[in-house]
Amino acid sequence: MSRYDVEAIRADFPILQRRVGQYPLAYLDSANTSQKPQQVVDAIAQHYLQHNANVARAMHVLGAEATESFEGARSRVARFIGAASPDEVVFTKNASEALNLAANTLGSRLRPGDEVVVSVMEHHSNIVPWQLVCERTGATLRWFDVTDDGQLDLEAAESSGLVNERTKVVSLAWVSNVLGTVNPIRTVADWAHVVGAVMVVDGAQGVPQRPTDVTALGADMLAFTGHKVCGPTGIGVLWGRLDLLSDLPPFLGGGEMIEVVRMEGSTWAPPPHRFEAGTPPIAQAVGLAAALDYLDGIGMDAIAAHETDITQYALEQLARVEGVRVLGPGADADRGGAIAFTLEGVHPHDIMQLLDSRGVAVRGGHHCARPLHDRFGVQSSTRASGYLYTTRAEVDALAEALDHTRQFFARGRGSARRSRRRHSDAAVGGGA
Amino acid sequence: MNVEDLYQEIILDHYRERHHSGLREPFGAEVHHVNPSCGDEITLRVALAGDEIADISYDAVGCSISQASTSVMADLLIGRDIDDAMALYDEFLEMMNSRGQATPDEDRFEDAIAFVGVSQFPARVKCALLGWAATRDAVARAQTAETQSSETQTVDTQTGETRAATTDLPTPPQEAS
Ligand SMILES: Cc1ncc(COP(=O)(O)O)c(C=O)c1O
Repeated sequence: MSRYDVEAIRADFPILQRRVGQYPLAYLDSANTSQKPQQVVDAIAQHYLQHNANVARAMHVLGAEATESFEGARSRVARFIGAASPDEVVFTKNASEALNLAANTLGSRLRPGDEVVVSVMEHHSNIVPWQLVCERTGATLRWFDVTDDGQLDLEAAESSGLVNERTKVVSLAWVSNVLGTVNPIRTVADWAHVVGAVMVVDGAQGVPQRPTDVTALGADMLAFTGHKVCGPTGIGVLWGRLDLLSDLPPFLGGGEMIEVVRMEGSTWAPPPHRFEAGTPPIAQAVGLAAALDYLDGIGMDAIAAHETDITQYALEQLARVEGVRVLGPGADADRGGAIAFTLEGVHPHDIMQLLDSRGVAVRGGHHCARPLHDRFGVQSSTRASGYLYTTRAEVDALAEALDHTRQFFARGRGSARRSRRRHSDAAVGGGA
Repeated sequence: MNVEDLYQEIILDHYRERHHSGLREPFGAEVHHVNPSCGDEITLRVALAGDEIADISYDAVGCSISQASTSVMADLLIGRDIDDAMALYDEFLEMMNSRGQATPDEDRFEDAIAFVGVSQFPARVKCALLGWAATRDAVARAQTAETQSSETQTVDTQTGETRAATTDLPTPPQEAS
């Protein structure tokens, strides 16, 4: 594509034509979940309407077709992330389950005194599974801090010996879901590999936004989630180096993950099936493959360039709104599409509500990153996040709605004082 | 659903000027409640005197709805008979679950009538209930602490800080404050 045609892309997403009351929808919550193009919905419908059967165990024509589609989706994912083989691609239900799979299987090797390293900017999905496994094994959880401008604090990590000979696993977000920070995975992976630790990457935000090559990235494992790459909910991916996966024990037990089951004990199938107990998300895999076809049809380079362009524009527009403070890297940094900010004097829930009343969909809260908010000394924030279909007009709608929000909460202070508060008169002054 | 129904002037007034905000002594119980979906938090104290709620004070972070609701509630419940206060809690809860259909009695609800608008926004009902649920919990704990101290004479009712992960969890073990 010579010129990025955002209107042509939007035509594939019927939901973007919706109105919210009298306003056109401005969907700026794609870091939460992306919208789905017609092509993905059609692929899922086609699967259910023409090819539906269980995989692997059904031997009839439909079973063969469904199995081919499902295993084809595995190959499609492998191609999308530059994996050496489809056998390195494990389907899960989402990124959270993929990270739990990584934590539990790698956790089987952890002993007291071992260390696991994450960062303070992680999504809860990349903190809690490691906390649980450290609690169970007696290993110690340590973490990278961030600098005031939201970058991973490599200097502090280096001087405190954060990654050392006790480190067994380092698990980091590639792109922050709050700050948009792009982490130096290659650098940290090199540190990890020097001490023999496994590098796990949470690609939930990175994979949707940037061309992915697991080898160049330096990862040993990479997790991401289907619903943020224009695919359906209910499917996630854990990619792992085959030699690593082959060494790991199962996570969940059940059908399809076994080699031989005897009452005295069982043996396990090789990866990836070892990690896929029970009927997998078949239609979801078909939808995910269609989503990756769709993204590659536009080109991940072009999508990344658009994301950068729209994020820069949004940062410029937000800088013009009185009282807005953006958390994390500024416009000059290499940056992902999530922009978290505060608006002076207005709580993120109230911002979200006012924006919603003007058709602007954002997220308000801690975005499953409570420790990061604590680090920045704020209880919560508002997050706007665009994607391949986001337009400048939508960003303008955000900036206008924020101005309106600020005025709405500043309006008519004390103009409507009521005088019927019988209890307050009696009780004020009663305290210390 | 109109956002103006949600942010009535009464609510914005209470948000700007929170009545009874700031922790006070003496108190019979202190509780800490959070709304896990958004991170809103409240530490709330109640002092009982006989059958009455003598005082409610709190320290809270949160949105305008949760802050205003707590302020209105403190106005309403301080000085009220405990049983009547708990009855009012139930009536408020019923109104909040009414999806905008309730017609609350203004003489009884006073400024709390403004929250009937909030009940049209299911995602915000939890915000409006945070302070109320904390109060109900604190009253129950203060009553328990009173019974225990009258039985044993040794329990220090002022170290009753407790933490509850959500407003509906069963009573967790007590921590020292
Ligand atoms: C950085 C990051 N990690 C993990 C997740 C979890 O993804 P899911 O909820 O699909 O498991 C998300 C999104 O919610 C995310 O943004």
